[in-house]
Amino acid sequence: MSAAKTLNLTLKVWRQKNGNAKGKLENYPLNDISPDSSFLEMLDILNNGLIEKGESPVSFDHDCREGICGSCSLYINGEPHGPARLVTTCQLHMRSFKDGETIYIEPFRAKAFPVVKDLIVDRSAFDRIQHAGGYISVNTSGNTQDANSIPIEKENADEAFYSAACIGCGACVAACKNASASLFVSAKVSQYALLPQGQVEAKDRVLNMVKQAEKEGFGPCSNTGACEVECPKGISIENIARMNREFLSASISK
Amino acid sequence: MALSGSFLLIFLLQHLIINLLSVVSPDAFNDTSHFMGTNPLIQFFMQPLLIFGVVIHLIMGMIIEQKNRKARPINYAFNNAKANSSWMSRNMIISGIMIMLFLGLHFYDFWIPEIKTKFIDGDLSGKLNGEDSYRYFTELQHKFGSPVRLGVYCLAFIFLALHLLHGFQSSFQSVGLKNRKYAPTIQKLGNIYAVVIPLGFIFIAIFHFINSSH
Repeated sequence: MSAAKTLNLTLKVWRQKNGNAKGKLENYPLNDISPDSSFLEMLDILNNGLIEKGESPVSFDHDCREGICGSCSLYINGEPHGPARLVTTCQLHMRSFKDGETIYIEPFRAKAFPVVKDLIVDRSAFDRIQHAGGYISVNTSGNTQDANSIPIEKENADEAFYSAACIGCGACVAACKNASASLFVSAKVSQYALLPQGQVEAKDRVLNMVKQAEKEGFGPCSNTGACEVECPKGISIENIARMNREFLSASISK
Repeated sequence: MALSGSFLLIFLLQHLIINLLSVVSPDAFNDTSHFMGTNPLIQFFMQPLLIFGVVIHLIMGMIIEQKNRKARPINYAFNNAKANSSWMSRNMIISGIMIMLFLGLHFYDFWIPEIKTKFIDGDLSGKLNGEDSYRYFTELQHKFGSPVRLGVYCLAFIFLALHLLHGFQSSFQSVGLKNRKYAPTIQKLGNIYAVVIPLGFIFIAIFHFINSSH
C-alpha cells in the first residue's frame, strides 16, 4: 500500500493580538500535510513551525477533540467547522481539501462573540443565556426522584434527546447572516419543553432566554436555515418553530 | 413581520382573483372594481388596513435589517453562504425593496388617479364622461399598452416570486406553525403560491398588452 499523497497548502489565517487590536489575514504556506491528519493537527503542525521560527503561534480553541465538547470553532473556507457536514472542526480531516488549495481560517464573527485572540472568541454569551432559564429547579439534596419513574412518550423523549445534543459551539450563530442564536436557544428551550420536568418553568424559561439572547446582541432569526445545515450535531430548525410557539403562548398568557 | 406578511399573502390572492376577472369578463371586472372602489367597508376599513400592513411590513423589515447588521459588525473575508442557504432567504431586503419600488409605480398608475377622481374631482360614478359603461377595464387595458410598463411589471412580479419563495414558509415558521409533520406540505404549498400568484399577474399583464390597441 502506497502512502497517501501529502498536501501543500496556503493558509490565510486571521491574526489579532487581542480584543482591542486590529486584526488581519496572514498568509502561511504549509507543505507535506497528511490527508489523514485532522484540521486541528494541521494547525498544530503550523504552530510548531511558528514556534521554531520564534513567532507567536496561532491561538485557537480546542478541548476534547472528539466532537462532543463544543470548544472548537473556526470559520473555514466560508463555513463554520469547514465544508464537511455534521462534524466539528476537530473531526474535520485534511482529506476534505485539495492539494494546492488556499484555506481561509477566520474566527466566528458576531457582536456577541468578541474576538479574544486570533481565532478564539468569547462565547460566554451562551452561558448567560443558559443561566437565564436553561435549567430545571430540582432539589438534589439526596431525595431526588428517579427520572425513569416518570412515564414519557417515546417520541417526546427522542425529540428532547436530539435537542439536548446541542453542544453550544456557536456554529449556528457563525453561519447565520443575522448572527442569530435562535437554533441554540431553541434547542435548550425544546429539551425541557418536551419533558414533564420542564413544564413548571416553561413560560419563564422561554421568555427569559429569548430576552437574554437579544440583550447579548444576537440578531433576529429570518429562517434562512443556514444554522441547521451547518450544525455539527444536526439540530433541526423545528426547534425554532417550537420556541416561537412557546414564546407566543408565554407572551400572551404571562 | 410574519403576521403582516401573512395578511399580504391573502391580499395578493384576492387581488389576483379580481384581476383574473378582467381576462374572463370585462363586465364582471368592471362591476367588481366599482364595488371595491365604492364600498365604504373596503374603502375606509380594508384599504387603510392594507396600507397599514404594507407600511408595518416595510418598517419591520428595515428594523430587522438594521439589527442584523449590528449583530455582525465585522464581516467574513470569505463567506460561502450559498453552501447553506438560498439566495432568496438571504436577500429578502433586496426583493422587498424592489417590490416597494414597484408599489410606487403601481400607486402612481392606479391608486393615485383613483383617489383623485373619487375624492378630489368628486366623481363616484365609476363611468367615463358621456359613456354608459364603467371605466375600470378601459383604464386597465390602456395602462398595459406600454411595453416599458409591461416589462417593469413583469420584472416586479419576478421579485415578488423570489420574495414569496422564502416568505411563505418563513411566516409559518415564525409563528410556530411549522413542524415535522406539516413542514413538507407548507414548503410545497409555498413554492406553488410563489410561482402561481406572480405568474397569474404576469399573464394578465401580457394578456392586456396583446389585446390593447398599442
